[in-house]
Amino acid sequence: MPIHIIDRRLNPGGKSLENRQRFLRRAKSLVQGAVKKTSQERDIKDVLEGGEVTIPLDGMHEPRFRREGGTRDMVLPGNKKFIEGDYLQRSGQGSAKDSGPGEGDSEDAFRFVLSRDEFVDLFLDDLELPDLAKRKIAQTESEGIQRAGYTTSGSPANISVSRTVKLALARRIALKRPRKEEIEELEAAIAACTDEDERVVLLAELERLKARTKRIPFVDPLDIRYRRYEKVPRPVAQAVMFCLMDVSGSMSEHMKDLAKRFYMLLYVFLKRRYKHVEIVFIRHTDRAEEVDEQTFFYGPASGGTLVSSALHAMHEIVRERFNPADWNIYAAQASDGDNSYSDGELTGMLLTDKILPVCQFFAYLEVGESGGSAFDLSDSSLWTLYDRLRNSGAPLSMRKVSERSEIFPVFHDLFQRRETSQEKAAP
Amino acid sequence: MTERLFEGADWDFHTLQRITDACEEVATKDLGLDVYPNQIEVITAEQMLDAYSSVGMPLFYKHWSFGKHFAFHEASYRKGLMGLAYEIVINSSPCISYLMEENTATMQTLVIAHAAFGHNHFFKNNYLFKQWTDADGILDYLDFAKNYVMTCEERYGRVEVERTLDAAHALMSHGIDRYPGKKKLDLRAEEKRAGRRRQHEEEVFNDLWRTVPKGASKTRSALSIERRRKLLGLPQENLLYFLEKSAPRLAPWQRELLRIVRHIAQYFYPQSQTKVMNEGTATYVHYRIMTKLHQQGRISDGNFLEFLQSHTNVVFQPEFDDPRFSGFNPYALGFAVMQDIERIVTRPEDEDREWFPDIAGKNDVMGVLRDVWANYRDESFIAQFLSPKLMRHFRMFHLHDDPEERAGIRVDAIHDDRGFRRVRRELARQHDVGFIDANIEVVDVDLSGDRRLILHHHVIKGSQLNETDAKRVLQHLADLWTYDVSLIEVDANDKVLREYVVSPRPIPAAA
Repeated sequence: MPIHIIDRRLNPGGKSLENRQRFLRRAKSLVQGAVKKTSQERDIKDVLEGGEVTIPLDGMHEPRFRREGGTRDMVLPGNKKFIEGDYLQRSGQGSAKDSGPGEGDSEDAFRFVLSRDEFVDLFLDDLELPDLAKRKIAQTESEGIQRAGYTTSGSPANISVSRTVKLALARRIALKRPRKEEIEELEAAIAACTDEDERVVLLAELERLKARTKRIPFVDPLDIRYRRYEKVPRPVAQAVMFCLMDVSGSMSEHMKDLAKRFYMLLYVFLKRRYKHVEIVFIRHTDRAEEVDEQTFFYGPASGGTLVSSALHAMHEIVRERFNPADWNIYAAQASDGDNSYSDGELTGMLLTDKILPVCQFFAYLEVGESGGSAFDLSDSSLWTLYDRLRNSGAPLSMRKVSERSEIFPVFHDLFQRRETSQEKAAP
Repeated sequence: MTERLFEGADWDFHTLQRITDACEEVATKDLGLDVYPNQIEVITAEQMLDAYSSVGMPLFYKHWSFGKHFAFHEASYRKGLMGLAYEIVINSSPCISYLMEENTATMQTLVIAHAAFGHNHFFKNNYLFKQWTDADGILDYLDFAKNYVMTCEERYGRVEVERTLDAAHALMSHGIDRYPGKKKLDLRAEEKRAGRRRQHEEEVFNDLWRTVPKGASKTRSALSIERRRKLLGLPQENLLYFLEKSAPRLAPWQRELLRIVRHIAQYFYPQSQTKVMNEGTATYVHYRIMTKLHQQGRISDGNFLEFLQSHTNVVFQPEFDDPRFSGFNPYALGFAVMQDIERIVTRPEDEDREWFPDIAGKNDVMGVLRDVWANYRDESFIAQFLSPKLMRHFRMFHLHDDPEERAGIRVDAIHDDRGFRRVRRELARQHDVGFIDANIEVVDVDLSGDRRLILHHHVIKGSQLNETDAKRVLQHLADLWTYDVSLIEVDANDKVLREYVVSPRPIPAAA
């Protein structure tokens, strides 16, 4: 009997992909919750790594009729000491009912690994970010060129010879232009012909063919085709994101946490658009310094408040490392809004003259304590200043936020507002 | 000396061919096995996971629950909680065995002997498989099912199809004809029939007829209750079959989907009744083949030791108080009983002559075993062939757990002269699927009234349905039936223990 042995290892893998996607779609809200929870516990850059999330298996339960309870009979192996009529303690050792404490749990929840894309998709999905920010993003794209079929007009450099000849050939066949071989054949026939009458007929035929050849050109202007090129937007490859934060004593952990969440969203969002995103963390009191993420969010610092110091530091860093011609620059500033009065003018000037002209997007996020009672009372000095700048036409986005739950909506809002203000400015 | 099949752990496709030929020689000449043609496929670990999650079938329709199982298996596999099976084998003709590429040459030999000859012989010869499955047609049928589901998704939307499949899956374990009588499945003909049905439906569909006024309907009381029940084929324990035939508002494609799920459930039904025997057979066969190959010098001592180690792991039976214990290991139990049969047939003791007069000392081991493999299922196999010697070997005992009994769980019987028959009968009963699954049947439909569907669950030994699950399954059932469904749990004296009533969810307007 012949036996077939087949190597299936090279078969396209990922047969389960489709089912996996269906499962994710089905479990979307569960997974999304898990993704959000996971992302809260992570550093900004780790969010994009994808990774393990835990979802309750129960939420994806497939029900069946199951029996339970009642009297049970069982035959077990390994009796060492019991004799007929003995009784075993229910809770004690010896009952098959008792399973290890870990056993039941595996059914309640399971961890599985999401790919980067799956993770970010789910993370961004309920933010509806891409649509909201499209307009802004479109402007950050440079234009590339790509082939886009053929056209009947264009520059001689773009003539497509093969397409032109193809059309000419079709036309020649359709119009029955005599082929070179036919004429040669006829001429040979005339040369070989001895019968005078027939020769006359053949000559007339030759004349007719030659006239036809002249009437129907080999290549007609009608046939000529040019390659067409189209400009297409191409995303620029790199971006830098500046995180500016006031870390003076008035900024509480809660406020920093709000800021962190905002930066995280911005980072994830940018990461989707750019191959390469750099983050620069600048913290400031009355003087500013560039720090790493850990120090930025968790390092203790105290002192007076000079917002201009941070803007100045950012400007310096841009000048040194991030040429605006090559980099898309984004900045998000988080502060509780306190600034020394004397600093207002300098801050305004730095923003208008140095920072805003090189930025794709500048967001100001004013963070307040949870509950935010004092928050609504009066506008802070920084808010008042920025508001004035904005009213005079500076492309600033600004929002106040005091609760974690507001971060997502505020993020939408910032992008949305930017968009509408541009629409106003555009016509 | 005969040439070695391989040296060390490495193998290539020539090695596999040599191994298969050698196994086949032993299987057919020494053991007298009769198998379907074999097809052996080498796959990767990921493909093995794939196969796992679609119940081992190579082509299956798409559904989220397979994705769920994949994610679950994958997670446990990555965490190292679970090893992958060495093989998956499909009851089809040709019989397809999957081998994992990671296996060593010894393991491949073991797997080929186990799956391609052990399981294969069992599939081809056991009466349940002969009765219920169509090995020639299954792959074509699955292909048809896959395409049909896909077409439905295109035509009627994925959500609609998913809703129907979810409901069908929930009822899958109650989509089985348990008793023969109907003719054997012929899946190829089934597929053709499905095609014709669809074509007919399309040809005769005429939207005009929907608007034609209907004549006065017959008075329903004219139909006697008995006649009505008979027309509906009641009582009916195959819930999927009943819905497919009688649910009033299902679209033809939905009926077809129920039919597909039902056919697949039926195809797997023999497997659930023969786990112990099927694995026992395959294990017994691989053990015989490997031993023979070693005797012939075609497998080195080192490789044979490697085999013995895997084999011992496979047939390991933890005792009840061992943390690893999770019931009887079908490999261990099946293999032990078959080896014991071999012993009884060749070297019987007085006890065996008393218990097994028909086979003791008969000397034709393979003849007896082939007969056993062909004509028994787990329940009858254990009831017939579990010997006192084995019960002593496993130190089996029977526990009776009555929640009312305050003293605890009673030891009803142990492996002594008084207990052998009772232990054996009880263990056999635990392997009877008819006894394990809840006994639920459709008993009536209130056609003249609100069209409520009435089901009974016959409660055995006070074991009622899990309430949460029951409600969810009934919800699916009601959605398909499109009228109220009530499930009544009754005990042996027809006393009502509990009643569920579930109304169908409104069907969202088709988009």
